[in-house]
Amino acid sequence: MNSLGSIRRSFAPWNDPNAKPYIAFENVTKKFGDFTAVNNLSLSIFEKEFFALLGASGCGKSTLLRMLAGFDEPTAGRILLDGQDLRGIPPYRRPVNMMFQSYALFPHMTVEQNIAFGLKQEGMPKPDIEQRVADMLKLVKLTQFAKRKPHQLSGGQRQRVALARSVAKRPKVLLLDEPLGALDKKLREETQFELMDLQQTLGLTFVVVTHDQEEAMTMADRIAILDKGEVMQVATPAEVYEAPGSRYVASFVGNINMLEGTVAERTENRARITGASGAEIVVENAGDAAAGNTVAFAIRPEKIKVSSRPPAQGTANVMEGEIYDLAYLGDMTVYHVRLADGQVLKASALNSSRVTEDPLTWNDRAWVSFAPDAGVVLTR
Amino acid sequence: MAETAVSSSSGLAAAQPAPATSNSLLNAITSRLVIIVPYLWLLFFFLIPFAIVFKISLSQTAIAMPPYTPVFGVDGFFDALSQLNFDNYVWLTEDALYFNAYVSSVIIAAISTFLALLIAYPIAYGMARAPTTIRPTLLMLVILPFWTSFLIRVYAWIGILKPEGLLNQVLLATGIIDEPLIILNTHIAIFIGIVYSYLPFMVLPLYSSLEKMDYSLIEAAQDLGCPPISAFWKITFPLSLPGVVAGCMLVFIPAVGEFVIPDLLGGSETLMIGKTLWNEFFNNRDWPVSSAVAVILLLLLIVPIMIFQSAQARAQEQGR
Repeated sequence: MNSLGSIRRSFAPWNDPNAKPYIAFENVTKKFGDFTAVNNLSLSIFEKEFFALLGASGCGKSTLLRMLAGFDEPTAGRILLDGQDLRGIPPYRRPVNMMFQSYALFPHMTVEQNIAFGLKQEGMPKPDIEQRVADMLKLVKLTQFAKRKPHQLSGGQRQRVALARSVAKRPKVLLLDEPLGALDKKLREETQFELMDLQQTLGLTFVVVTHDQEEAMTMADRIAILDKGEVMQVATPAEVYEAPGSRYVASFVGNINMLEGTVAERTENRARITGASGAEIVVENAGDAAAGNTVAFAIRPEKIKVSSRPPAQGTANVMEGEIYDLAYLGDMTVYHVRLADGQVLKASALNSSRVTEDPLTWNDRAWVSFAPDAGVVLTR
Repeated sequence: MAETAVSSSSGLAAAQPAPATSNSLLNAITSRLVIIVPYLWLLFFFLIPFAIVFKISLSQTAIAMPPYTPVFGVDGFFDALSQLNFDNYVWLTEDALYFNAYVSSVIIAAISTFLALLIAYPIAYGMARAPTTIRPTLLMLVILPFWTSFLIRVYAWIGILKPEGLLNQVLLATGIIDEPLIILNTHIAIFIGIVYSYLPFMVLPLYSSLEKMDYSLIEAAQDLGCPPISAFWKITFPLSLPGVVAGCMLVFIPAVGEFVIPDLLGGSETLMIGKTLWNEFFNNRDWPVSSAVAVILLLLLIVPIMIFQSAQARAQEQGR
């Protein structure tokens, strides 16, 4: 898995065996009555990391954040922040700040007063507060809105006030609960980059909760994918996408085709899988799959090639089918190819030249092919 | 509110093309008709009766039925009009009794309102924070006393508070006191009566404003380093102020004019304007003077309400 490396910046303390985790969840369990929200979960987050907790609603990601902020206490296990056990420390004494999903701006206070609130609690001298508030307003580009009340601002402006308020105290860790959930698509994309810049500028550790995989992929250094209170995988965005560890992760992040089959033959790092749609698939990097295992072969649509003519003899992994559906999206075209056994494979092709007429259309014969290292074998 | 609704709908009508005009005209008329209903109600059941009371307050006592000089009627209308004067109001200023009654009513009502607020706030807060499933039940319990007649409930307090009443019996039996407390026929009994009777009117608006409040605001305050008690005064209380004001109005206004509670629980010593009014009306049969007392009472209550309302409207415009 390490072969993929980090593509965004050379920041990878999680690969360093000597690095100390900044935040550590150790066998944390949280129960609400009979419901187990978080189940014996362990997780390490490093200093200055942009860490995303990704999962469907009810997977326990918000509970993790609330336990870190101090609003909920773990039923079992412990949470360490910079080596200190957080148990029993009330939220108002924890060196973390949270940006709430609803923003939770105080409606009876101006933008300025909202941002200054935490600083006043700290007992910071007045001139310093004024300076810090002015800096924060400049940082989020809201200087001219200082005297407004939250209800006089747009959704995007409110989001920035909430952000400024939560970073004003320079917390050790900033917790963000669905920070962009209430924004429209365009604003969300812009804000993603602003958040990343802010994190770099201030050098803070960010822990963000989101259900939007695109958001997590764009912003985070590492992503933890959660399901039913358990961690399914913790990895960089590229690893999560290209080397998912399980069927759940593979299907949760992005589009993927899954072909079920049995490992017929296993050599050093190659595997031959049969039964998958009647065809035989040769795979490199078969992981821990052993002969006789029932596995899923997972491959992303953009790694499948579709052509109207059979590929040259000797090409590995070729399947024949017909175009069942296609969608022209402008930048690319998505083909749904129905194979002989009825399974539909999704394949996407980048429209790199300006061709208005597609050579392939509905009900055409088509051949799909992919390289032996294009997909992954999933045993779980 | 009503005005803006009407003008905006007619503004829309103007912007629409010609064929729709008759239809939107109808809409404008019906929307106006809807507003007319409450105004008619106010006109017939408040404004006209008030005009009559005001008119009576300007006339003189007469030993007749009704016991005041008539004003309405076609013949001698202008003649009668010339007889109207402000003598009754002058009379109110000459006798210190009325002034004292007004002042003591306002003081008693203010203290009772404050006590009701102190008691109702924790109740409303608890209700608003209770699990959603039991909130309707709690609300029901607050309203439940209304199912029994107000008069009977006040009488019940006599049974509780009198020297040989329930409260004293319990306190004596448990040995907390050696001789019965004298509560009945004191101001304390009036406070108890008013607070008890009007508590739901305080609890309900407080509950509704506290229940609307987003609890994540408190979490945000704590997250920013604010301990719970401080968060209450900085966030919860300021945001519940509309409820506090509404509740205080709902308790204070009827409490000022309260007659039954001071009469039954307060004894003959208590001076409250409601009792004075009753005495003038039924004992002295001086309708003109009692009408003048009522008019002054109304002014006394309406002026602060109007000042408060205009202040609130201004605050709302600036963005609460």
